[in-house]
Amino acid sequence: MGVLKRNLTAYGFLCAALACFAVFAWYPMVREFVLSFQHTNLIDPPTWAGLDNFTAVVRDPAFGTAWLNTVQFTVLALICGYAVPFVTALVLNELRHARGYLRFVVYLPVMLPPIVAVLLFRWFYDPGPGLFNQILDFFHLPALAWLDSSSTALVSLVIVSTWMNMGSATLIYLAALQNIPPELYEAAELDGAGILARIRHVTIPQTRLILLLMLMLQIVATMQVFIEPYMLTGGGPENSTVTVAYLMYQFAFTYGDGYGQAGALGLMLMLALLLFAAFQLRLTREDKA
Amino acid sequence: MISIGARTAARRARGRGRPRPVEVRLRTVVSPHQLNSRWGRRLYWAVLLAVLAGSTLAFVFPMYWMVTGAMKSGEELARMPPTLVPAAPTLDAFTEAWELFDIGLLLRNTAYYALGGWLFSMAVDVAAAYALSKLRPAFGNVILGAMLATLMVPPMVVLIPLYVTVADLGLLNNPWGLWLPAAANGFNIFLLKRFFDSIPKELIEAARIDGAGPLRVLWSVVLPVSRPILGVVSIFTIVASFKDFVWPLLIMTDSEKMTISVGLSQTAGAVSQNAIMAGLVIAGVPTVIVFFFFQRNIMAGLTAGSIKG
Repeated sequence: MGVLKRNLTAYGFLCAALACFAVFAWYPMVREFVLSFQHTNLIDPPTWAGLDNFTAVVRDPAFGTAWLNTVQFTVLALICGYAVPFVTALVLNELRHARGYLRFVVYLPVMLPPIVAVLLFRWFYDPGPGLFNQILDFFHLPALAWLDSSSTALVSLVIVSTWMNMGSATLIYLAALQNIPPELYEAAELDGAGILARIRHVTIPQTRLILLLMLMLQIVATMQVFIEPYMLTGGGPENSTVTVAYLMYQFAFTYGDGYGQAGALGLMLMLALLLFAAFQLRLTREDKA
Repeated sequence: MISIGARTAARRARGRGRPRPVEVRLRTVVSPHQLNSRWGRRLYWAVLLAVLAGSTLAFVFPMYWMVTGAMKSGEELARMPPTLVPAAPTLDAFTEAWELFDIGLLLRNTAYYALGGWLFSMAVDVAAAYALSKLRPAFGNVILGAMLATLMVPPMVVLIPLYVTVADLGLLNNPWGLWLPAAANGFNIFLLKRFFDSIPKELIEAARIDGAGPLRVLWSVVLPVSRPILGVVSIFTIVASFKDFVWPLLIMTDSEKMTISVGLSQTAGAVSQNAIMAGLVIAGVPTVIVFFFFQRNIMAGLTAGSIKG
């Protein structure tokens, strides 16, 4: 086959994918920049807005709170969603029985549509007949307001989020743990390392790459949290659960025609995540050298 | 504790049935020696039981509560303290939910979007991966890089421009609004391409010498040997479209065209609690069934994508 013909056939096979990517993946990235500097309502031709969208977004009373909440949510979700799966994986890896069952059970919530998990937990959080308060009551503990109090609402969201997402992280860690060569543990043991020392000096260094990768993925994922505040609290009480993604949704679809403002907020979120990624890359690189 | 000790002592004295050692196939943090010491073994069984009980309570019990909740009457659901087993299990809530939410329609919509999306993105992604892996066009690596780069951009960040783009194209409330963006999936292309790369050159050369064109090679050589990866990508694509919420929420706004997730979220405030529970059970069943049958493939795909990726 000639080079030209080979290239032509190849691009023939590629053209559908290229078109999809161009219109629905690459172009929206560019559009994000353009959109943030435009006034648009999708009907009239868009007009130039300068920095209006950005000032409008920053002036919104929920702006600061949304960022604070998002960071808080991310930190809490990391404490739960990062440590819990790792410890779970460590323990599961030691067990010799019922492995299939445990793996199945831990991953089960991941398979549920998020809306099912979220609405199920909304019922558990119900201050009256909700399961959680019933359990507290059973142990003679005071009832909590869960979603209805600004001090517990965000934590309640983190609990749902951890419950429905921890399965995949756990299984990924478990696979990483099973790839650690047994000789390393034997050598450490001969050197007199106890169990904790073995975890510290063998397990963690051996799974470092995957731990770092998951840290990055989880931060990016949790920074985008939307469905939990949207379905469970609507941002309340007293804006205590407004996240950046939720505020973005509100600008675009609740406040009416604020696509430009939403775009500006999205751009800020993207910049924040990019900065974070750069910082993280730098850290890992210094580490290696 | 004392009684257990006494029983073991008695058993030892009788000289039979020493507790079987825990079998170790792969060395982990705890050494086999420690594990099979007397206390090691006791601790092991204690931890095993605790983990079994804990994970069942944390992950299975909520599902049990959902299913039985759907079978309780309205009064029983509100009763305090709650009943563990429904007093008079009925399926009324399911029929009620079926009618109130129009679940039949919602399920049909969701299945239609999932299957259509699966067919379309498989066709697009397999063709692209095949071209990048076996036909190796000029700038192939640049294209692959640009496709993979989209994975770095969080979906929430481009949600609004994507919505505006889809609205400009007049694809709101149109299934193609779900299918076209879903086909632009860098991860699928990456997984497929990596698998295609591992297919021996000789196999393809042989087919070519026999006079097969590129399409024929794809259809009769590459696809048949790629069944495992095609299975994994298919399951992920279908499950993802069943689970998706935000995107269909934005673009499938006609109540006639909603997916089951969006339909449930819209009506959840307006109907009785046990009807909601029944709706949730029905919405959860398809993906859980998929999980039951394709557990192995799902786990394999999960680790294939994350570890070596």
